[in-house]
Amino acid sequence: MNKRRPYVRSMDGWWRKNPFFVEYMIHEGTALFVAAYAGILLNGLLHLSRGEAAWNAWLDGLKNPWYVAFHMLALVAIGYHTYTWFKIMPRTMPPVIVGGKRLADGAITGGGLAVAAAASLALLAAVWGMAR
Amino acid sequence: MAENQRTIEIEVLRYHPEKDKAPYQQVFQVPFTDDMSVLQGVQYIKDYLDGSLSFRWSCRMAICGSCGMMINGKPSLSCETFLRDYYPARVRVEALAHFPIERDLVINMEGFIEKLESIQPYIIPREARTLAQGEYLQTPEQLNVYEQFSSCINCMLCYAACPQFGLNPAFIGPGAMALLHRYNVDSRDGGKAERMELVASEEGVFHCTAVGYCSEVCPKHVDPANAVNQNKTNAAADYFLRFLAPKGGAK
Repeated sequence: MNKRRPYVRSMDGWWRKNPFFVEYMIHEGTALFVAAYAGILLNGLLHLSRGEAAWNAWLDGLKNPWYVAFHMLALVAIGYHTYTWFKIMPRTMPPVIVGGKRLADGAITGGGLAVAAAASLALLAAVWGMAR
Repeated sequence: MAENQRTIEIEVLRYHPEKDKAPYQQVFQVPFTDDMSVLQGVQYIKDYLDGSLSFRWSCRMAICGSCGMMINGKPSLSCETFLRDYYPARVRVEALAHFPIERDLVINMEGFIEKLESIQPYIIPREARTLAQGEYLQTPEQLNVYEQFSSCINCMLCYAACPQFGLNPAFIGPGAMALLHRYNVDSRDGGKAERMELVASEEGVFHCTAVGYCSEVCPKHVDPANAVNQNKTNAAADYFLRFLAPKGGAK
């Protein structure tokens, strides 16, 4: 009789068993903040389409301290999301050859973060300019 | 045993299918010196404390890929992981995660071997050449494209690091995909179309959620996550480009 009886271990709670997986779940979880913020902006757009009064009511609603606190939290979460997104980027793309040498992972991550920061600042400056 | 000998506790996950219903922990007191690897610690247990302990090993120099174990929960080659780095704490040794345990630290690798065969890990010549025509020449640039992926030693640490493989063992997984990519991007190879069917299949690259731990634990810096993710792009390109340039033969 065959004495083999391979034992399959449970995957229950797998992501809590390794700090790397915990971090993975956190950075994937920050995507929920990205989605929530997209929802807020869509809601604003909906109010805008309903005329000035609706738009102003939505703007007033944003001044609620809970909403402000949520924005701060979302900013941190989206910042972390951006960082981890560009951190994994070198692993997700074909090698970039510059001058016959492969571009280092750090350069790709750094470049991505720099572009993200520049784009955010440009957007902020544009909105700031429009709001004045 | 030389001077400066100390004693460390090694906790081993035991499982003997003929008598155990489930694996259990067993702690051994192992005398060790600074130059001893975890593998040597486990060998000490087998030689002096409990001869029934089973584990795989061969080269002792991180090239055969046999001695992979979970060491304090991290997939590692036990021959290049040192007891001194854990002392005075206890070191916990288990069979590679996500694989069925055959006995003690020995896993069942049949699934992996089948996957390895399925990717056709050999060059399928792009053009037939006779001996008289000489060898297939390759430039250093052409070598660079695949060389990193050819360093895989089939140690399966990346599988033990991949929760998606743990959740769905049918996933082809990082190691086999890295080797698949190694042949697909070789300028001498002409088997890409056949292998791409596997890449884009149900068991293929889209199981990957870019956790990236496979590349972290790879002892040979193969970066299997990169191979998997490059092939997500390749599979997507194949899917959309077929409308523009039908190649026929698609299933």
